[in-house]
Amino acid sequence: MIGTGILKGMAVTARNFVGSYFEKDRLTTVQYPEERTPLAENYRNFPFLIYDTDDAEAGLRCVACKICEKECPPQCIYIIKSEDKKPDYMGKPQLYPAVFDIDISVCMSCQICVEVCPFEAIKMDKIFELSTRERFDALLLRKNDLSKSNTYYHRICPTDAKEVDAKLAEAAAAAAAKKKAAAEKTAAAPGSTSALPPPSTPA
Amino acid sequence: MSEQILETVERPPTTMTSRLDGELMEVSMGPQHPSTHGVFRMNVALEGEIVRKLKPVFGYLHRNHEKIGENTSYLGSMPYTDRLDYFCSMTNNWAYALSVEKLAGIEVPERAEYLRVILAELTRLQNHASLLGFLLSDMGAWGTPLMYAFREREKILDLFESLSGSRMMCDYMRFGGCRVDADPNWLERAKKIVDVFPRFLDEFEKLIVENEILIARTQEVGKLSAELAINAGITGPMLRACGVNYDIRKVDGYGFYPRLKFRVPLGEHGDTYDRLMMRALEMRESVGILKQAFDQMPAGPVMNPKVKIRAFRPPTGEAYGRIEGPKGELGFYLISDGGPNPYRYRVRPPSFINLTILEDLCLGHTVADVMVILGSVDIVMGEVDR
Repeated sequence: MIGTGILKGMAVTARNFVGSYFEKDRLTTVQYPEERTPLAENYRNFPFLIYDTDDAEAGLRCVACKICEKECPPQCIYIIKSEDKKPDYMGKPQLYPAVFDIDISVCMSCQICVEVCPFEAIKMDKIFELSTRERFDALLLRKNDLSKSNTYYHRICPTDAKEVDAKLAEAAAAAAAKKKAAAEKTAAAPGSTSALPPPSTPA
Repeated sequence: MSEQILETVERPPTTMTSRLDGELMEVSMGPQHPSTHGVFRMNVALEGEIVRKLKPVFGYLHRNHEKIGENTSYLGSMPYTDRLDYFCSMTNNWAYALSVEKLAGIEVPERAEYLRVILAELTRLQNHASLLGFLLSDMGAWGTPLMYAFREREKILDLFESLSGSRMMCDYMRFGGCRVDADPNWLERAKKIVDVFPRFLDEFEKLIVENEILIARTQEVGKLSAELAINAGITGPMLRACGVNYDIRKVDGYGFYPRLKFRVPLGEHGDTYDRLMMRALEMRESVGILKQAFDQMPAGPVMNPKVKIRAFRPPTGEAYGRIEGPKGELGFYLISDGGPNPYRYRVRPPSFINLTILEDLCLGHTVADVMVILGSVDIVMGEVDR
């Protein structure tokens, strides 16, 4: 009979309409600005720079190696390397970016900069409400706008941040052990030469 | 066989000679038309309401994809492939990764291959679901079916987001594996979504399959013969709707598809209704594939540790990697001269090539049918114009 197919379809829509009052599965929308769904931990949109400790200048992990600038597919990163070295928060003299700009109107959120960074210095942020009244300077993020603390990173991606911290600590420990071993070696080498003469003196 | 087919097909002349050709009225449909699926334009010559000529015009979304590919590193092209067919970024990634892997002879770990199969089939589910919604929208069932489809699609996009970081521009696969591993939680969530997906399919089929209006609008509309489909290089569900058994998952056996049991649904008439049902049937098969892949997936690394992602220079040579994307055969052809960028980077987009026979499908039908036929071709302008 003509019309039965349409009626069957209507039954489906009716079930969905009534069901939307009872089943969470059938009504998935939220009233956005007031009500928000939690963001996934892996969610990414624009990059930011991490600094350790509280000092945004000295704690910046970036050493201006320019790998991200080179690898960035849409070429949205602009870096000028410093001419001098400044001590970082551990007191070690490091190069630092004199200028570090990211044009987020060009950035395509691909996170290749994060993947290629050997210093874990650049990570992806989760701020997505970025509309501005001005489309040039307001969307060009300078070093100051980009620098965010490691605590912030721990807050937005706890799992990844822990992994990164562990990795960095391991690397630091390995470096310290290497340094210590080298120091012991150099300390032991003159020690052995100085230990040689005493047996000869009594004789 | 193929020579015989070539002789039997007669393609009508496709040039539009003058603005007014006798009694014909020329109408420009698009590029800003809600049912042209993007910035696609058709110059249609009408006799009354019947289409006598149709000339597709595209290029409004052209953005030099291939030239950009020749000027960026192999890694840098990966996020650009997301922007080709923005509904199916996972399969685009896979096709590109596959061709680079062929070019450089890279092995992919087993777990990564299974992950790729899972993500490709999830992509197929969401692409086909939203296609059915859009198609019904074009027919005038404005909103409801599309919203049901998008509700399901949303769950899959959430999965993509929590795995790769982005809903649509996933940029997930790398040559030599996948970027991050899927944790057990994610797999559990994915399994749950796949388990309840058939419920949506049952409901959706009940909504559309027997609907008299849909049958009147789609059956015997836009018939495509198998001969023409083969000669024009049509692939994907559109080809299989004509009854040609050609699925690259079976033909090439890339990934781990040979290890998974699935059937290839085939149509009979090649009309719009068959193309529509083909998608519904493929979704059922995809659910089956996904369940098997979840069961078979081993533990292990997801990335080949030997592959250097940065400063990647494949040996001199050329490679063509192709996969069965949701829309058809998606292939990337790469020529390497040993440098950090490909010497030639070519995309074989399924929706562009499937669109070439639009005039043959539409001749003799009404203007309203043109929209339905175009919807059943399943195009995404990002891929057509590149």
